[in-house]
Amino acid sequence: MAKRSVVPFGPQHPVLPEPIHLDLVLEDEVVVEAVPSIGYVHRGLETLVKKKDYNEMVYVTERICGICSFMHGMGYCNAVENIMNVEVPDRAKYLRTIWCEMSRLHSHLLWLGLLADAFGFEALFMHSWRLREKILDMFEISTGGRVIFSVNKIGGVLKDMPADMLKNFVQILDGMEKELRETTNIFLNDYTVKSRMVGVGILSPEDALKRGAVGPMMRASGYAIDMRKTGYAAYGDLDFEIITSNDCDCYARCQVRIGEIFQSIDIIRQAAAKIPDGEIAAAVKGNPDGEFFMRVEQPRGEAFYYVRANGTKFLDRMRVRTPTFANLPAMLQTLKGAQYADVPILILTIDPCISCTER
Amino acid sequence: MENNGQNIIEIPLEELLPTAMSRREGGWRIAQACCTYLGDSYELSYSFAREYEVVHYRIVIAKDEVVPSITPVYKSAFLYENEMKELFGVNMEYIGVMGILGTDYKNKLYRINEETPFVKEGQ
Amino acid sequence: MSSIMSFTGMALKNLFSKPATIQYPEQPKVYPERTRGHVEINIDDCIFCGMCMRNCPPRAIKVDRASGTWEIMRFDCVQCGYCVNGCPKKCLSIVPGYTEPQMKKEADRFVKPPAPKAEKPAEQKQAGGQKNA
Repeated sequence: MAKRSVVPFGPQHPVLPEPIHLDLVLEDEVVVEAVPSIGYVHRGLETLVKKKDYNEMVYVTERICGICSFMHGMGYCNAVENIMNVEVPDRAKYLRTIWCEMSRLHSHLLWLGLLADAFGFEALFMHSWRLREKILDMFEISTGGRVIFSVNKIGGVLKDMPADMLKNFVQILDGMEKELRETTNIFLNDYTVKSRMVGVGILSPEDALKRGAVGPMMRASGYAIDMRKTGYAAYGDLDFEIITSNDCDCYARCQVRIGEIFQSIDIIRQAAAKIPDGEIAAAVKGNPDGEFFMRVEQPRGEAFYYVRANGTKFLDRMRVRTPTFANLPAMLQTLKGAQYADVPILILTIDPCISCTER
Repeated sequence: MENNGQNIIEIPLEELLPTAMSRREGGWRIAQACCTYLGDSYELSYSFAREYEVVHYRIVIAKDEVVPSITPVYKSAFLYENEMKELFGVNMEYIGVMGILGTDYKNKLYRINEETPFVKEGQ
Repeated sequence: MSSIMSFTGMALKNLFSKPATIQYPEQPKVYPERTRGHVEINIDDCIFCGMCMRNCPPRAIKVDRASGTWEIMRFDCVQCGYCVNGCPKKCLSIVPGYTEPQMKKEADRFVKPPAPKAEKPAEQKQAGGQKNA
């Protein structure tokens, strides 16, 4: 009979930038059960609807997360716009799409860096983040913020990107592509990197469905599902294929995310070429009344927004189901039967954003 | 997308488990479950998704009504149910299959000092 | 088809290329013009309507019409720009330059010269508290 022990993991751990705690039940070196607990940085943002009116909530939702800040703001705005029947101008939709894809780029590069850090490849971590820095600079040039952009409003966006700025961005991305190929090549082909990822953390397609996984977790298990195909913002006009893999392991998730990096660059190029002229915001009158469920695809997967309004300027309820929250059961599934040494990589493989989860 | 993805179906509480089971048979996954506090009652919304379709079930319950757990049907529902219980104080039945799956965290999923922070007396 | 030593090329290139970082304190960081650093007010145009005070999500702005003062808690401000968008006189702006560290939290106070029919406007502007950026 193997010896059982319980090892606490987190909330402070070298690979975890954010606080989540797991109680790992080990049998010798093998994990047999993992019990999560969160709430170390719980902020209760959802209850702020009683104190902030629906316009101010845009700025509150943006601050749910520092990585997908723009998408949180956009998801919330989309939900309210749908309740109020506001038609967002086409140019604003394209601008939102471009910012969304830039967010995805920088989020995936951040994840690649953290992954390299988790298996101790410091130099690769630095290179991933060096590339990410260029995207952050582009954000600062176009929106004025590196992390929190504050360009969304109900009915459109606040800042426009002039044609020469867009052209410049596309040029920067073209230049980055070569460097990205070099860096991602190491993730995909290096012996040491592969030995840590291939065959580790298998999430079978049936489990992925049963555990309600979303985003790259789901796509790496062979399901072609991507909320961008529902056509919010300008995604309906753009041409892209969903990237999937059938290998179901950590390596497959890495492949999917790297594929999405290049896909994002391509979508930005398409959007920059197709963007129409015109207004960037529609006028909004009155207060919202009604309810709406909105789904958007964040870098980490599908996010759910539920907004319920009552005709006053304060909402009744605003609920955000973040992708990390949906991916936690899948993570617990992959942890079962894993080696203790693989636990950090398995936690990172869902791209956890705990502060997102702690709305 | 049909109806813009806003198929909200109201069902009584007894229908919850049969509905969840029939949805699982149809290959749907649970996309989210959330709770809204309405002063003297709770409004629960369960959303199921298949591909790009999504359907929402709405249940209105009195404050102390016992809600059956759908974790035996959908394993990933335990997080949402623990969340409802801890943040809103919904009277959940034991979450998970008795004695087999210990997924009822007994108010320890969220390590917060306050009990049911989203529902306070006198609000 | 995994390869070993695949990082060598990049490592060698690194040795002979310029650093990606800048020598920060000596070489200052240049901010793009849209950077949201801090809120500035052109107090002479202000009509003390209080829109910015009501709009501010973290409630960092205080406007007092009676004494003609406009105050901002620099460290409560989240640089969202909502006050700027809502200002009817367009006298608020958000400009580069972050708030510098201070020993204690203090409101930045701007007072409008009391004479409303003054012919020379800009001269008397006094900025109490600590001046930023």
